[in-house]
Amino acid sequence: MTQPVATGAVERLGTFQLAGEADGLALVFSQPLSFWGGIDAETGEIIDHSHPGLGQNVAGMILVMPSGRGSSSSSSVLAEAIRRGTAPAGILLERPDPILAVGAIVAEFLYGISMPLVVCDIAGIVSGDRVAIGTGADGRAIVRAKTESLPLRSPGCFP
Amino acid sequence: MTLELTAQDRSMLDGEQGLSAAAAMKILVAFSNAIGAQGLLDITGAHIDGCLYHGKAGLDFVERLVEGGGRVQVPTTLNVGSFDLIHPGMVKMPAAEEVPARRLMKAHMELGCQATFTCAPYQTRFRPEFGQQIAWGESNAIVFANSVIGARTNRYGDFIDLCCAMTGRAPAWGLHLSENRRGRILFALDIAEAEPSDSLFVGVGLIIGQASGDRIPVIAGLPQPRDEDQLKALGAAAATTGAVALFHAVGITPEANSLDEAFHGHAPDETIRITQADIDHALARLSGVPDGTPLAAVSLGTPHFSHEEWMRLLPLLREAAPGRGIPIYVNTGRATLTRLQEEGALAGMEAFGLIPVADTCTYVTSILERLDGVVMTNSGKWAHYAPGNIGVTVAFAEMKDCIRSAAVGHVVRSAS
Repeated sequence: MTQPVATGAVERLGTFQLAGEADGLALVFSQPLSFWGGIDAETGEIIDHSHPGLGQNVAGMILVMPSGRGSSSSSSVLAEAIRRGTAPAGILLERPDPILAVGAIVAEFLYGISMPLVVCDIAGIVSGDRVAIGTGADGRAIVRAKTESLPLRSPGCFP
Repeated sequence: MTLELTAQDRSMLDGEQGLSAAAAMKILVAFSNAIGAQGLLDITGAHIDGCLYHGKAGLDFVERLVEGGGRVQVPTTLNVGSFDLIHPGMVKMPAAEEVPARRLMKAHMELGCQATFTCAPYQTRFRPEFGQQIAWGESNAIVFANSVIGARTNRYGDFIDLCCAMTGRAPAWGLHLSENRRGRILFALDIAEAEPSDSLFVGVGLIIGQASGDRIPVIAGLPQPRDEDQLKALGAAAATTGAVALFHAVGITPEANSLDEAFHGHAPDETIRITQADIDHALARLSGVPDGTPLAAVSLGTPHFSHEEWMRLLPLLREAAPGRGIPIYVNTGRATLTRLQEEGALAGMEAFGLIPVADTCTYVTSILERLDGVVMTNSGKWAHYAPGNIGVTVAFAEMKDCIRSAAVGHVVRSAS
């Protein structure tokens, strides 16, 4: 494998809906994805046939999308995925989402696993970027997105 | 924008009222912050949609609240579960799934929730009143409470409905506040002297659900419904094809005595005409099955059949006297079923294939004996979800056509 070459790192500030730290490869969608009916909590695979991400896997990725979508049952599916370890490592949203927030909070409450859920500007982040979510001194989220130039691969292929 | 908490809220958050109340308040506060609410308000009741087993996390949550000694703080009803506890053996499920699914229903009762197990809590003695603040889950119940009764709830769901019940509080936001209940989009029925048929109400519901997005729909020109069950069917359909939590029907629902009242004096953002062709098109999408197709079963009562609906069904059954052994499943609340049994209304009805189902619903769990044929229903909601959930082919029709079809063994519809 070719060693990825950093061609640029962009840092942005965000607001935590659930605080935590994570590091992973970005999986970016312009279309919101509903966890309920959209993700198989047993595997992390996207199963929504109307979504462009169909067949890709969110497990361990930094899921980036404008907003959440759909049924409130998404809270349960997210909490269950976090429990099973099939959830994204973190989620970046442009707009706050109460349903995903509840799923993340409940999972932290029950299992002590903090999957960061961050509201921030998501412009310029593309699938395959390496994204690190950290906490600033003021409790705000610090999101670093680094473009990895080569090789270009489908983000779904990463573990 | 900061969330302001009362001393009582803080006391709960700080654990002075027990571990469970503290956990519920913590989640409620985080949720309220996420939606930008500025405070919490008191609720008079809650309806929890948490009894269908979807995985361990859901059960772990309720168990944790039980362990923490939690009790709901307001009268709280329960939505359907995965089991018909009244008719043991009706639901077929592997033991490994059955144990946690049953436990989930029982654990909610240990928190002090009422064992209603119905998606139509508005048919029970816990029905809220106009203007009351409530926290309800279950999409059809939410739209009914807001629209038909004029009670006030947002679309609460997983975990949050229970957190509201455990604290007796809800975020002061969304449809709890008068200014957010104003209509935004007008649907003008363009059908001369429309008959108040069940299909018309379902069709209108499907259309407004699809076209409203997050705007509150106002319907003008809807004929006076025969009863509130037609509005129940409309709301359930609208909450199936879309995310409608409140609709106004001018001259029918309590916050829409006039167009002006429904729109709070503003003009609609958009007006959409609904013609008979639109209704026919929306309904046709629910059932691609031609007349004459062999019938495997009939399923009625999604949302749960009211006592009034039973009073319409039973004479139809006696008249058509279906005798081919095609099961006619009717989902209903256990309180309604008890009342029917006390009245002796169901005596001899099993000969016509009638199978009452309580506490659950035929599209969320394994009840149907045969999944290989066409199932007829008068429910827009059932017709929408059942193919995906349990893998059946559906034919949508008026109730009397469902019963006639059961009698002859294949799909027949009046219009054809």
